Amino acid sequence: MLRAMKLVYFAWLRERVGKAGETLNPPANVTTVGALLEWLKGQGGGYAEALKDLSAVRVAVNQEYAGPEATVGANDEVALFPPVTGG
Amino acid sequence: MIKVQTEDFDVGVELKTLMARAKGVGGIVTFTGIVREWSGESSSGDPASGRRQLAAMTLEHYPGMTERQLADIEAEAVRRWPIEASLIIHRYGRLEPGANIVLVITASAHRQAAFEANEFLVDWLKTKAPFWKLEAGPQGQAWVEAKASDDAAADKWGMKPTKRSAAE
Repeated sequence: MLRAMKLVYFAWLRERVGKAGETLNPPANVTTVGALLEWLKGQGGGYAEALKDLSAVRVAVNQEYAGPEATVGANDEVALFPPVTGG
Repeated sequence: MIKVQTEDFDVGVELKTLMARAKGVGGIVTFTGIVREWSGESSSGDPASGRRQLAAMTLEHYPGMTERQLADIEAEAVRRWPIEASLIIHRYGRLEPGANIVLVITASAHRQAAFEANEFLVDWLKTKAPFWKLEAGPQGQAWVEAKASDDAAADKWGMKPTKRSAAE
């Protein structure tokens, strides 16, 4: 079963991952933000580099801030980015 | 009202427009955030140490979520204070020192509500609105790091921060 999620990356997370966004199909046991981050990290390369320190990573699911226990599923838009610095 | 744009804004024009839709208010507070020529803070007391001269700053944002977060913050200010009208303009893209970054206007019958709501909006947008600053200077480029003092400023309004570390 395909569980396509849209991933988007910003600021230095975008630079380290090497792309602004992509559509991914994580395995069925990936149902939370925390599990998604662990799975992504395990993909190695830019992902491992970008997610080395999770305390510097913020997550939004469908454009709302989400903690590691938040659920993710098919068709969700999941954004990964550093702490914000606007204003 | 929320505007997220690359174009510059004219504080006088925006103030006049807001006054036209907020007749009868007694006080209007206007905050303008501007790109500094020097970034970073001196920790040693020597004003030159640890500071970087800035050639330009590029603001990246998350289209869609930015507008949604700013609208939420504005709605919260309206819930807390008797605000007759408000405006938040935040620019993105490449900005040079001296350029406008952000404008926050709050209008109320009395000054206290206008001042407090304005400070609340600025404190909260700094920790919630998805913008990231990339500074460029003679030493190269660097992403600005979030400041603990900004989190503390937002915390004093007694609202649980919604931004959370992915490591929790």
